[in-house]
Amino acid sequence: MTTAEAADANTIPILEAVGLTKVFGTGDDRTVALQDVSLDVAPGEFVTVVGASGCGKSTLLNLIAGLDQPSAGTLTVRGNVALMFQDATLLPWLTAAENVELALKLRHVPKAERRARTAELLGIVQLDGWGSHRPHELSGGMRQRVALARCLAQDAQILLMDEPLGALDAMTRDHLHDEIETVVRDQGLAVVFVTHNMREAIRLGDRVVLMGSHPGRILHEELIPLPHPRVMDSPEIATRAADLTRRLKSQGHAHVG
Amino acid sequence: MSADVLTPVVDDTPAAPPGAGRARLIYGWLWPKALAIVLVLAFWQVIVWSGWRPTYVLPAPAETLQTLGGMLGTERFWSAITTTLTRAVIGFALALVIGTTIGVLVARIRPLRLAVGSLITGLQTMPSIAWFPLAILLFGLDEQAIMFVVVLGAAPSIANGVISGIDHVPPAFTRLGRVLGASPVSLYRDIVLPAAMPGYVAGLTQGWAFAWRSLMAGELLVIIAEKPSLGAQLEFARQFSKAPQLLATMLVILILGMLVDGLFSSYSRRLRRRRGLDVGV
Repeated sequence: MTTAEAADANTIPILEAVGLTKVFGTGDDRTVALQDVSLDVAPGEFVTVVGASGCGKSTLLNLIAGLDQPSAGTLTVRGNVALMFQDATLLPWLTAAENVELALKLRHVPKAERRARTAELLGIVQLDGWGSHRPHELSGGMRQRVALARCLAQDAQILLMDEPLGALDAMTRDHLHDEIETVVRDQGLAVVFVTHNMREAIRLGDRVVLMGSHPGRILHEELIPLPHPRVMDSPEIATRAADLTRRLKSQGHAHVG
Repeated sequence: MSADVLTPVVDDTPAAPPGAGRARLIYGWLWPKALAIVLVLAFWQVIVWSGWRPTYVLPAPAETLQTLGGMLGTERFWSAITTTLTRAVIGFALALVIGTTIGVLVARIRPLRLAVGSLITGLQTMPSIAWFPLAILLFGLDEQAIMFVVVLGAAPSIANGVISGIDHVPPAFTRLGRVLGASPVSLYRDIVLPAAMPGYVAGLTQGWAFAWRSLMAGELLVIIAEKPSLGAQLEFARQFSKAPQLLATMLVILILGMLVDGLFSSYSRRLRRRRGLDVGV
């Protein structure tokens, strides 16, 4: 592992995966979703994972989130994990505020504190005054902000994001890039952000991890030393994206946008 | 970076307009029903005019409504309605508790589901009147015989509503529950059961229809002395060939059934609208 953070002897990785393998099914149905994946993430580090669909990105997140058990390898997670899905997965019978509050309730935060904390979290994601709206009354971008606030309510140190902006238009997505970056930095969260969009990966990541499919594995890792915030359409990002896409293609995985 | 950019998308979110809006809503709800009544009365009147049956067997709407008006003034009628509605409420409440309990157990416990799942659907297709001979043997011509059949009529629909409601909870919601660290109890209380509400309410609506039908069948068969009920009133009207009274009682039964069904469907619509699910006309 050649990350800047790992070079610092004082920093213990908040997330350590060694030789993670995940096999589904047996016999003829046997599919190796992940093979020998090793990945360290330092506290506060923003790691983006890029790969074609079916490369096991979501399987990797499920393992880290504890929703599934690895077939082999070890996984050490030193902190709470929150997971943000591609569709916001807000509960439609609750208001935006109640959706955030549910996460606090399930963490057994005393009732008296919940309301104030919810308002504070909605403020962090720029949704002051929107708490009483129901999910179907909000735009796609706002729904993802609520989902982000709910993740923050989990008081996690690691935030996993499974293509959270995949369904949004380009303008909303650009806004949310800025916002996610700010929020994550302010809260000191480590992030594993999965996407199939190379430029998005470079726009956000301190480090970009390329994954190949069949079986899902890590092909290449690259630090992105550009200063934040970055502009998605900038030439630096375009050049790096072209370079990394070429690298991915040369490994026979061309379906990355 | 601020929400302002997105504001126009939802700024004019429709909160149901009060006052004038509500009047429109009631009007929109009312006129199709009024039209239906007018159509039925007109059809009925035409048949009477055609002379197909003598008027002492098939009285005209006007005469029937007049009889109904007279009935409304009698103590016996209100006592009958009270008896019938009390039975309906108690029977439905019992079916609600039993059906919901069975539904949750069957939805949760796999072996139970394999064993009992198809049986519940089978019971649902069983005509409730077929239970009465057994009910009368078991309980005699008594209140309990009626309750037995009402519960058997309604509970399977309610249980099926619970089961299908739980089956249709999106897997993403249960996954979310696990990510949020919900305990099995809170997963059910805070996520699965609220998500299953639309299916449950559909089951309750159908359960009510079955309960009401079973109750009427029961009241025709199990007539308890000195206890007037709508069903008994129908039976007596037939025995003494009081056609206007018979038809008037039928109207009362129809209207009561529709009113309760209306309550269920308005609740169901409110539930769906709150969740942003499409609500038909």
